[in-house]
Parts: sequence; structure tokens; C-alpha cells
Amino acid sequence: MKLESPKKVLVFHRNDNVAVALTDLKRGQEVEVEVNGEKLKITLLNDIPFGHKFAIRDIPEGREVIKYGEVIGISSKFIKTGEHVHVHNVKSVKV
Amino acid sequence: MSIRVQGYVRPNGKVGVRNHVLVIPTVVCSAETAMRIADSVEGAVTIYNQHGCCQLPYDVELVERALIGYGKNPNVAAVLVVGLGCESVNIHRVADRIASTGKPVETVIIQEAGGTLKTIERGVSIVKEFVQEAAKIKREEVDISEIIASAECGGSDATSGLVANPVVGYAIDKLIDLGGTVIFSETTEVIGAEHLLARRAASKEVADKLLAVIRRLEDFLKSQGMDIRGSQPTPGNIAGGITTLEEKSLGAIIKAGTRVLQGVLEYGEEPTGKGLYFMDTPGQDIESITGMVAGGAVLVLFTTGRGTPTGCPIAPVIKVTGNPYTYEKMKDNIDFYAAVIEGKETVKEAGERLFNEMIEVINGKPTKSEALKHREFGIYKTLPTI
Repeated sequence: MKLESPKKVLVFHRNDNVAVALTDLKRGQEVEVEVNGEKLKITLLNDIPFGHKFAIRDIPEGREVIKYGEVIGISSKFIKTGEHVHVHNVKSVKV
Repeated sequence: MSIRVQGYVRPNGKVGVRNHVLVIPTVVCSAETAMRIADSVEGAVTIYNQHGCCQLPYDVELVERALIGYGKNPNVAAVLVVGLGCESVNIHRVADRIASTGKPVETVIIQEAGGTLKTIERGVSIVKEFVQEAAKIKREEVDISEIIASAECGGSDATSGLVANPVVGYAIDKLIDLGGTVIFSETTEVIGAEHLLARRAASKEVADKLLAVIRRLEDFLKSQGMDIRGSQPTPGNIAGGITTLEEKSLGAIIKAGTRVLQGVLEYGEEPTGKGLYFMDTPGQDIESITGMVAGGAVLVLFTTGRGTPTGCPIAPVIKVTGNPYTYEKMKDNIDFYAAVIEGKETVKEAGERLFNEMIEVINGKPTKSEALKHREFGIYKTLPTI
């Protein structure tokens, strides 16, 4: 099963600093992200598979990573705009 | 803004969206007889109660609360309680509590009536009268704020947290903003995001109760050698893009929207006010829905990724998916497809469309689970049968 989306990405909340890929996206690809009615053009620094996240703004080390308008973890290193955001650069706050 | 809908106003003022006559077996020993009675009368439904005896006191209380809650649910016009006669569940307490709503309630006890056939004969004659009387109750125009809805997710996949849950969350926020009430549940799925949900609590008491309910479950699981926090998210979740447990849990609880948490309910307990309530239930769909409907929910918004046929004996279940393949494959069971991934609509647009679908269902449109007579029922138990 492969999900294709012409929309490509989804941002849930105006405070989010990550977007979710709605289709498999490739490194070097430019995607358009709409946040608060403002359109940002972001060049992806990694491949982003369906359902995975990438940064829509720079997230310095030790900052909150926000999805659904809530904190889903803390960045464990500097994450650049367009970079894959996952277990290699985010730690859970709670566990 | 206010929205008017067509509902059944019960003698206690509560509003239902269906007009069922319900046959309640107090114990598994009377369930088959109850089913024969309900099957004999057009317009009657029953629930297959697998418990009610040889259980420890706390679990007997859960069963009684579920049965009473089903009987009291405003989707039910009248109730026949069918007991065996020697079960742990107190037949008369069940009947009396349901009768406190003002709706007609009768009782038949198999050991007193003298066996299956006499019970069926008496039961059918009572239920036939109930059905004819219930038909006289007409829908009336009421404000949508009288509606108690519930949110459930099951058979989830990567599209659930991305599309179906946010879409249902949008519709639920809208219902709450219009003065309605919503129950959501599944304690296991809140673990990891409880601190975030607690921040939305109306008071410190509500936040403390939420955290206490989570701790109670985690302590029990730990006593059984299970550690949810340590084993989540699963390798499959991580491969799917879920990074942390709080992200996974947020993806689940977003189905209940974003409004203030007004209270935390025990299994099958009724909300005391309007707005958003959390109920302590297991993650298992059927037992979770049974608890929320026992708590007074008159309809269920059910998100799914992989698809499931689950319905409810007395409440319409609106099945929602964001997965186009699942919708095509499981069209028999899924009512609503949110075409967000295909780029045909936004979460907000799909949420508006779902809200309108919910109004049609409130006003009488049967859901697919109703049309196919899906009447799954199961009561949560915490301890072994003895």
C-alpha cells in the first residue's frame, strides 16, 4: 500500500515546529508549508517517508519539539529547517 | 450560534437519538432467554451480558453500573430486566435505578416464572406492549447542547493520528463550543500524554483525578510485570514515524479535540455537567464503548485506520477513516472518509462535513453498523471470575 498525496505535508497547529509528510518525500525536494496563512518554502535535507516529520524552522539543541500544538519531546541536537525529526535527534520528556 | 436537532425527550429531560426497547439480562445465565425475547419482538434489542455472577465485589459493581447505565441511556424508551434469581447482580436495584429516569421498566425472573418458556411468554408480552407504547414517542426539536457524544479509536494505523483523529477532534470541539458534552476514554492510550491532558483540566481536582487513574492502571500493570512506558512507542510505531510516547498518545487523544477537561469518570459513570469528560476504560473498543454508552453517550464517533465492523446495541456508531485504501476495501463498515491525504479537503473541511453527518445521524439516519445490526457489547472486568 502506498499513499500518494498531492498536498504532500500537513502542519497541525500554528505553534508546531514540525510538519508531517503525507507521501514519501525525497532529499533536495522543495515543499510548501502553510503556517498561519504564511507560505514557507522548505528544501528537505533528508528523505522523509510517509508519516515522518521534518523541521519547519531551526530547532536548537534542548528545545521543545511541537506537534499538535503540544510538546512531543526535546531536541537532543541542533535540528535544521528541512531536517528529518525523529528518534536520532529528539528525546521523550516523560520516560 | 445554536443548532436544533430532532431527538427523543425522556421523562427526566435527557435527550436520546434512538428509541429502543431494551431487554437486559442481569447475568450470563439469563442472556440466552433475554435474546429469545428480544428476537421475538420487532423493535426490541438485547445485550449479551457475559458476566453478573461469581465475580469479586468491585467487578459486580462494574457490571451493575454498566447494566443500569444502558437502561438509563436516553436512546432507550423502555426496559425489561431478565434475571435468573440467584446471581450476584441485584436485579431489583438494577430495575429501580433505571426506573428512576421515569421510563417504563419491568422485571422477569426465570426461577420465579418457572423456566425458559414461561419467562419468554411473559417477557414477549411485556416487550410487545413496550414497543407499541414507544412508537407513540415522537422526535422533538431540541438544542444540540442536549447531546452527549463519545469518541473512540480502534484498528489504528499511521493515518489515524494524522487525519481521522484530528478530523473527529474538530467535530468534537465544535459540539462542545455549541454547549454539548463529549466522553472519551481508553486510559492506556493517555499514558505518556497525561501531563499535557492534565494541563487542560478545569481544576486541580480534575487534574489530580486524571493522574490518579493513570497511576492506578500503571501500578497494576507493573504488578503484572508490564511496563507500558518502557515498551512504547513500539518498533512498528517508530518505523511509521512516531518518535516518542507522548507523540503517540497525543495522536490518540487528539480525537477528543482540544477543549477544557471538565471531569474524569469511573467506568460507566455519568458526566455531571457539560463539556469534555475522560472516562477510565480499557483500550479494547467494545468494552470502552460499552462504558461510555453506559455513561449516557447517545452516539459514538469511531476513528479507524485498518477498519472494523464494531457497532453498539443502542447507539449509532459513525466510523471515520483517513485511509483511502481502507475506505474502499471496508466500505460496508465505514461511514465517513476524510480525503485529507489525497488533498481533496483539509482537516477543517472534513471536520465540518463530519459534523454535518453527525447531525443527520442524530436526526435518524442509520449508520452502517446500525443497518448491518452490529450490536457488539462487552463489560470491562478487572479481576478473574471465581
